[in-house]
Amino acid sequence: MLKINNLHASVEEKSILKGINLEVKAGEVHAIMGPNGSGKSTLASVIAGKEEYEVTAGNILLENEDIEELAAEERAHKGVFLSFQYPVEIPGVSVTNFIKTAINANRKAKGLEDMPANEMLKLIRSKSEMLEIDRKFLSRSLNQGFSGGEKKRNEIFQMAMLEPKLAILDETDSGLDIDALRIVANGVNKLKSKDNAVILITHYQRLLDYIKPDFVHVLYNGKIVKSGTAALAHELEEKGYDWIKEEVNA
Amino acid sequence: MSKYTEDDLREELKTKEYEYGFYTDIESDTFPIGLNEDIVRAISKKKDEPEWMTQWRLEAFKVWKEMKEPDWANVHYTKPDFQAIAYYSAPTSVDPNKTLDDVDPDLLAMYKKLGISVDEQKKMNNIAMDIVVDSVSVATTFKKTLAEKGIIFMPISEAIQEHPELVKKYLGTIVPTKDNFYAALNSAVFSDGSFCYIPKGVKCPMELSTYFRINQAGTGQFERTLVIADEGSYVSYLEGCTAPSRDENQLHAAVVELIALDDAEIKYSTVQNWYPGNAEGKGGVYNFVTKRGLCEKNAKISWTQVETGSAVTWKYPSCVLKGDNSVGEFYSIAVTNNFQQADTGTKMIHLGKNTKSTIISKGISAGKSQNSYRGLVQVSSRAENARNFSQCDSLLMGNECGAHTFPYIEAKNKTAQIEHEATTSKIGEDQIFYCNQRGIDTEKAIALIVNGFSKDVLNKLPMEFAVEAQKLLEISLEGSVG
Repeated sequence: MLKINNLHASVEEKSILKGINLEVKAGEVHAIMGPNGSGKSTLASVIAGKEEYEVTAGNILLENEDIEELAAEERAHKGVFLSFQYPVEIPGVSVTNFIKTAINANRKAKGLEDMPANEMLKLIRSKSEMLEIDRKFLSRSLNQGFSGGEKKRNEIFQMAMLEPKLAILDETDSGLDIDALRIVANGVNKLKSKDNAVILITHYQRLLDYIKPDFVHVLYNGKIVKSGTAALAHELEEKGYDWIKEEVNA
Repeated sequence: MSKYTEDDLREELKTKEYEYGFYTDIESDTFPIGLNEDIVRAISKKKDEPEWMTQWRLEAFKVWKEMKEPDWANVHYTKPDFQAIAYYSAPTSVDPNKTLDDVDPDLLAMYKKLGISVDEQKKMNNIAMDIVVDSVSVATTFKKTLAEKGIIFMPISEAIQEHPELVKKYLGTIVPTKDNFYAALNSAVFSDGSFCYIPKGVKCPMELSTYFRINQAGTGQFERTLVIADEGSYVSYLEGCTAPSRDENQLHAAVVELIALDDAEIKYSTVQNWYPGNAEGKGGVYNFVTKRGLCEKNAKISWTQVETGSAVTWKYPSCVLKGDNSVGEFYSIAVTNNFQQADTGTKMIHLGKNTKSTIISKGISAGKSQNSYRGLVQVSSRAENARNFSQCDSLLMGNECGAHTFPYIEAKNKTAQIEHEATTSKIGEDQIFYCNQRGIDTEKAIALIVNGFSKDVLNKLPMEFAVEAQKLLEISLEGSVG
């Protein structure tokens, strides 16, 4: 699904990613953990194609295709989805209108007609029920005045609607209370299949109790310095990151 | 009616140029350039006007000669040479006695390009339409249907002939000839425009609409619109404008007067799309317009405008809330791009008791443009319990444009409640990236964000116009983000 080779990236001349290697196969869940400032969100942005990040070396292959030259929306059309850590507000554009525009933009890229209104409505209804989203919520302006939990739930709602191949969840657990976390995690688990893959970026083990990762990687100073199974996350929870830093710096 | 989706919109927007910039080669009868008493008389004579009308014009001309072009607005341009403009131009193939079927095929083709097939309009849209090309009103549809209800909807030149008592009674009462420089000029030289009268208690069954177009080079357009809603009546009036792309600046100085008598309601919507000039700021229409309405007791006037065109706009549709309990509303979207400059807003003059006004202004600036909101809320000493709510929002795109807000408040009655809110925001790269990440390309993302920003005002427009307005917003801002 996703293969990252020796990826180096910088923003405003400042080098942030310093040689990432990562392979994510279909059907797998990978967790990326690491202390603040280690480059986790940068990695997510670079995969999604944010322009201000410059890839200085290495490449990203999505289903064996180098996506370096593709614009962010083209990557999205190919099935890359990023659940943002800080989703932006778009005043006056309702949750429904936004997702409708996104769905139809993706369909158009595939040469399909717009989704018929009744089909869209049905899809919205079933996905919002799955995530226990109130109908009134759907007509509110996108992310405007949303609580932290509402924002994240809305991200997962969009993911459910768009059914991406590769979903990157950037600190989706932050700002969620335990009930919201359960709902969001359940949603992600239901969307998981043998044909898609999930990358979870998180600080805490907490989320991983709900979404079981197949692999856990520790990102530190722009590199993946340790990889392991779910057990590694527990170890990090117990011991923190200092022992890893020491290992790396030794 | 099937729903118009944003993709339909996109399909229609393949061209990036000003798509109404064509020029139609129709034979026309144009006066020599320059302005003097003889020209004023000649215009009046051309229209076969009664003596009182000629005198009225001459009086206005006299006033105008003594006036100075105002320069307090936040716009900068080379002042037009008023002696270098032709004050009258008419397509020669228009004969008022002909029916629509006899109209010059070139003219009809032009309407098609404007997106208004008159035939279709007639059948489908339930819109009665008056079209003013250069200075003359070319076709008024639906006249019969309206006449059955006693509604008069005709070119003002005809109204002067057929309903002189109404014209005489109301013309210049809301916008006096000496109101301002451009109003005086318009009063002296206006050549046509629309006239509308809704009798007592009649709800006009369809939207009334006027489409203005400047076609001929080197001409000014000075149309005059007079709408009278008699007691307890209702009318919704739409106005649209386009002009060919030309290198020189063209002048448009219109006057619109609305009179809402007791318990009457007038909704007046404008989609203004005069040629804005090219990307280097060359050419474009100078749009200097005076629009004002008077509300008697319990009456309501609502102005809605979508301003995307013109090189320079100077325009303040206003309400004089004379009658007790009367209501004035102003909803505006003004878009400026490239080198466009707009200074627009409203005046709400509260004279009666319990009068209410609402102002919602959305300014969108892109390129190197300057966009100003200028508004006055005035409460007289006798206007007990007057209330006003104003909201002025500005959206900026890029770093080279400007948004300005000049709200003036004068309250002479202690019971007045006046609220003013203002915000300024910028389309952020983060918003665009967010949309991109969901598969929405940048241009569509901008359209989405701008439409969201303008929603409160777009919602006030009649359906057909809302679609056109949305389309215009998108055209106007194409290519404005790198």
